[in-house]
Amino acid sequence: MSAVTNTIFSPELAARFDKLVTLYPVKRSALIPMLLYAQDEVGYVSDAVVHEIAQRLDLFELDVRNVLSYYSMLRTKPAGKYNVQVCTNISCMLRGGYEILDHCKAKLGIGHKEVTADKLFSLEEVECIGACCWAPAMQVNYDFHEDLTPAKVDQILDDYAAGRGKDVK
Amino acid sequence: MPTLVSHPDEVKIISRRFGAGAADIEKYLELDGYKAVQMAIEKGAEWVINEMKISGLRGRGGAGFPTGLKWSFVPKQSEKPKYVLVNGDESEPGTCKDHVIFLHDPHSVIEGTMIAGLAIGAKMGFIYLRGEYRYLLKVVEKAVADAYAKGFLGKNIFGKEGVDFDIVTQTGAGAYEVGEESALMESLEGKRGVPRIKPPFPAVVGLYGGPTVINNAETIASAPHILLMGGEAYAKVGSERNGGTRLFGISGHVERPGVYELPMGYNLKKAIYEVAGGVKGGRKLKAVVPGGSSCPVLKADELDVGLDFDQMGKAGTMLGSGGIVVLDETVSIVEFALRTIKFYQHESCGWCIPCREGTDWLKKTLTRFYNGYGNKKDIANIQYLAENMMGRTFCPLGDAAAMPTLGFIKKFREEFEEYLEGHRTEKALITTEEMIGAAH
Repeated sequence: MSAVTNTIFSPELAARFDKLVTLYPVKRSALIPMLLYAQDEVGYVSDAVVHEIAQRLDLFELDVRNVLSYYSMLRTKPAGKYNVQVCTNISCMLRGGYEILDHCKAKLGIGHKEVTADKLFSLEEVECIGACCWAPAMQVNYDFHEDLTPAKVDQILDDYAAGRGKDVK
Repeated sequence: MPTLVSHPDEVKIISRRFGAGAADIEKYLELDGYKAVQMAIEKGAEWVINEMKISGLRGRGGAGFPTGLKWSFVPKQSEKPKYVLVNGDESEPGTCKDHVIFLHDPHSVIEGTMIAGLAIGAKMGFIYLRGEYRYLLKVVEKAVADAYAKGFLGKNIFGKEGVDFDIVTQTGAGAYEVGEESALMESLEGKRGVPRIKPPFPAVVGLYGGPTVINNAETIASAPHILLMGGEAYAKVGSERNGGTRLFGISGHVERPGVYELPMGYNLKKAIYEVAGGVKGGRKLKAVVPGGSSCPVLKADELDVGLDFDQMGKAGTMLGSGGIVVLDETVSIVEFALRTIKFYQHESCGWCIPCREGTDWLKKTLTRFYNGYGNKKDIANIQYLAENMMGRTFCPLGDAAAMPTLGFIKKFREEFEEYLEGHRTEKALITTEEMIGAAH
């Protein structure tokens, strides 16, 4: 039985949240992980997500929104099923990061922070993702793809489109 | 999956289990795992801190503060619980060393956290990874669960009555600023990652108001190795006042990019030309950003310097986070400076005005300059802006943006001047419209 009646989350996630708030000396510490896991399940941080998380942590919705607006991985609008995040920071830039970004734009027909019409893909230019020695690199949702070439990107995106891509959550 | 690299000049201490399957607890135990923490329980906190001091280990996050000394600052008696906080929010562009530690040797981070806890009298540790490292969080979560199952974590660890230690793992959600220690504590407390004013320092008033030791993941992962080999032996591997080895991530225009473990004080030129195989495609080297994007740039004739905190400081730059980024002759410094500043402008948390406004004006000025609308006064203006950010912010992000900017102007002023006269590289790297079109 979840700590919140009428939870908007799946029973598994609700149970996970019930446990998460007990791990820390202060309940509020669970806020950022909760926002991430809720986003993973719902697709974005909706008003309903904000409302329930605030309720679970005894916070004002404003507190939750304040934190939500700070972190770049949290979003308040739906992304594609597969969110393609191309790094163009220095190490990736030197090895063709912008070429990879342009290739993704052309292939998917969308720009930065846009979603394809079939809602399968979205695209983002992101800052350093910590894969500098395997540049250029990108993430599709949480999965890393390294040492990219345009041909390799084609293969990766085709795999996701065909439902063959790995999806770390 | 990141590729592992190897070179005969490497001294493998922290990386000795990489590629050996040590994420599996049985394999880790086979390779001397969890021996050091039991030694620490046996011999006590004072012994641990002393060995750490002798080892000469200095913080691997970038500041280079002596780890043993940091641990000794935590008061013995405290009304509030003490904590260990592991900073795995690796976000400095050019840096991906903690990535490989979490992937290949997560138990070394766990064991190091326990050792730090024993040293300062904490019963709880937090391992905080950057949000992008979700797959690594899973690796670390499994390792923590396996350690609990073996009785290495929890109550009465290793069967020792009254010795308790718990570890909680979590990730951030995308914010460079959270790599700063006080912003990291804010984030872990479920808040926006803005820095706290110091003093008080975290060793006295830290997480949840309790005394807290915050160490970089690589620093923490070094602790078990130091106790196993002895502080003195570890110190001898490195250079004067810079004990041991360090993971250097060499990226950019080199033949064999990768994370290499080299002794502190190893020659930078050798690291680029021998270890990483030299400049890609046999082209000429133009510049090196030696320790992550916040470090002032070095020119091709300034590379004959040892990779340790003191020698790099003397060379007018920093060892930083060990991320060495190599630029070949085709790179435009104006373009590279703009991309560097775009990052800091994006990541400034906005708390301190000199950083919030300074990074924004630097980006605007550099963008205009880059697009061909610059004038000679801009060069002085960029310098003026950066100088006025230095030392005027709560946390080092303002400095981190100003230092490389000043370095680019100081070392490559003539290139900025020639840029005004229309000199360009053959092929621009930045193609994003928002950068090219904006701000004039």
